[in-house]
Amino acid sequence: MSERFEYAPAPESRAIVDLSTSYGLFIDGEFTAGAADTSFKTINPATEEVLAEVTEAGEKDVDAAVTAARRAYEKAWGPMPGRERAKYLYRIARIVQERNRELAVAESLDNGKPIRESRDVDLPLVAAWFFHYAGWADKLEHAGYGPDPQPVGVSGQVIPWNFPLMMLAWKIAPALACGNTVVLKPAETTPLTALLFAEICQQADLPAGVVNILTGAGATGQALVTHQGVDKVAFTGSTEVGRAIAKSLAGTDKRVTLELGGKAANVVFEDAALDQAVEGIVNGIFFNQGHVCCAGSRLLVQESVHEDVLARLKARMATLRLGDPLDKNTDVGAINSAAQLARIRELSATGDAEGAERWSAPCELPDHGFWFAPTLFTGVSQAHRIAREEIFGPVLSVLTFRTPQEAVAKANNTPYGLSAGVWTEKGSRILWMAERLRAGVVWANTFNKFDPASPFGGYKESGYGREGGRHGLEGYLS
Amino acid sequence: MSNDRIDVRKTYKLYIGGAFPRSESGRSYVVNDAKGRFLANAARASRKDGRDAVVAARKALPGWVGRTAYNRGQVLYRVAEVLEGRRAQFVDEVGRGEGLSARKAEAVVDAAVDRWVWYAGWADKLAQVLGNANPVAGPYFNLSTPEATGVVVAVAPTDSSLLGLVSVVAPVVTSGGTVVVLAAETAPLPAITLGEVLAPSDLPGGVVNVLTGQVGEIAPWLASHRDVDALDLTGVVDETLAQSLEAAAAGTLTRVRRPEPAADWTASPGIDRMRWVLETKTVWHPIGV
Repeated sequence: MSERFEYAPAPESRAIVDLSTSYGLFIDGEFTAGAADTSFKTINPATEEVLAEVTEAGEKDVDAAVTAARRAYEKAWGPMPGRERAKYLYRIARIVQERNRELAVAESLDNGKPIRESRDVDLPLVAAWFFHYAGWADKLEHAGYGPDPQPVGVSGQVIPWNFPLMMLAWKIAPALACGNTVVLKPAETTPLTALLFAEICQQADLPAGVVNILTGAGATGQALVTHQGVDKVAFTGSTEVGRAIAKSLAGTDKRVTLELGGKAANVVFEDAALDQAVEGIVNGIFFNQGHVCCAGSRLLVQESVHEDVLARLKARMATLRLGDPLDKNTDVGAINSAAQLARIRELSATGDAEGAERWSAPCELPDHGFWFAPTLFTGVSQAHRIAREEIFGPVLSVLTFRTPQEAVAKANNTPYGLSAGVWTEKGSRILWMAERLRAGVVWANTFNKFDPASPFGGYKESGYGREGGRHGLEGYLS
Repeated sequence: MSNDRIDVRKTYKLYIGGAFPRSESGRSYVVNDAKGRFLANAARASRKDGRDAVVAARKALPGWVGRTAYNRGQVLYRVAEVLEGRRAQFVDEVGRGEGLSARKAEAVVDAAVDRWVWYAGWADKLAQVLGNANPVAGPYFNLSTPEATGVVVAVAPTDSSLLGLVSVVAPVVTSGGTVVVLAAETAPLPAITLGEVLAPSDLPGGVVNVLTGQVGEIAPWLASHRDVDALDLTGVVDETLAQSLEAAAAGTLTRVRRPEPAADWTASPGIDRMRWVLETKTVWHPIGV
């Protein structure tokens, strides 16, 4: 292979973000200190530098936030006509667009994802989500949930660290559009953009208590979802925590939607446009460092093109640029936390131990921060842990198949059912596969596409409920 | 001298996979009428009967969900036809079991027949009403369609042995799902007789499976069963049991519908009971030349 053409660094300036050294909780329209003076640090995973000190919300804070949300629901937001709620959501969408660059940089700093992704994927979707659901606020009677649909009440929402602000938008936009109020807990390792969002709520003059942001870890989340005053729980995160939440809410009247893990199959047939498919495979598993619940982490290649696809895939992976998330040339950023890096290393090690063959893209890892080179395993069997468990990192397991029937059987051989990919030039085969794949989203000749008008969510142990579009209203209406 | 004739009584068994087996446990229990008089011995299903029923429901699923919606509608309509033909038998059985006057029992059976007809008509309309073409911001074809969640375990209402039963079973099978239903514990006989209607109605064996016995004994095994996709607790009266069943279902993220002790089965059902046993699948494809 010829010498790689080197790019000059093109870093985005971080001066655009003005972070405080410490943040309180956003309750009833104001930033307030926590009841018990406990805090934790959020760091830049690319450098391990401390970005800010963040308050850990305890039970008293949860109670104060839920009380504020209840009051706002009863006095302000619930009674407000939909057309007025809509205008607040449009305002939020516009402010997100105005502060797009700042939010993108903050997201990349706190999460480690490449600025190209936070700028071109996350932030546009955040604005689009609010814009889309703003329009629903005064049209709910046309959504197919009865002639006079009502909000559920106070919504307790817990979101993950992989798409911090985007997950916030997926949760808050439909909740508010339907007339609910919100207490949201961002992930422990990525609280900053949610706190910046609290400022946006202030700039939009959103009535106090409609949105409350509580930072904290698992205990805060647990206190929130089990709080008596919460009518609806929305969670995105691991299947393990999702199970625990479902269990803790048994016997209550709380409504629940869960968007959990995945182990998606990306199925490549021999007649596929292979270069396109390789782009899709790379996007499917290395987008956002593989920290994607719907990542195409199991590649199923038809045996006849296995060697060809692998050769092209390795060549493409060798060109991926890993490094500074704020560099606009970066393709693969930092792993979000030391704990996640340990998990990725541990599961990858089982791949070696169980007899699969590891290949990693030849790239230099920075000295500081948390990094994992884009990696694939060949010779993977369905019994291997790397083929069954969600790694949530840039690790691809490659398996093969001979017939379409075998592809379907292998693709569905998982307790998860969030997404799947199909690559073939034959239209009837796409539809045949799409019918049989037990997954909530099927990407055919594409992968990892999201849109506020398009329902997203899983089958089986990937959770229940849908987010996006008309279907995304259901969880927030009664 | 017809009054001297000794009538031929029916043996009430289970309905699993299109067949009518006794409980593998060899057990039965006494079913009385509303006034406490002996009606029959019903089979008391065991954990293993429950598992057999789930196996039958899983096995029947691909064939049933793979039918065209039009065909499923015809089969459900056929159920209504056969049920109508046995109207008198059900009026008698429901009347005695629930202690209803002939007139009230007739109204219940009529409503049950009409409900099958109503659901039959839904089979080929659900995807249009619940599906969507999604206008995404890019050159992509994007379509969401409903698809059966799969194997559903339902606890039928205790207070409505036929209409309530039909109201929890029919919405599941309309969209292609299969069901294991635990009949009303103290009034299980119409459920088994309904099996005799389903069996000759072109409904494939295993699409509907009926168990009689004690809900508290069988349901926990089915709630935690890994091959059960959804759990309908409509007829669970005991709140502690309902909570433990929901908690057991959480282990595999089985979809749960909570108890409905005060449901009015004569009211128009709406589409909610069909919607909760459906998944939404969204397919993306690029548009280009």
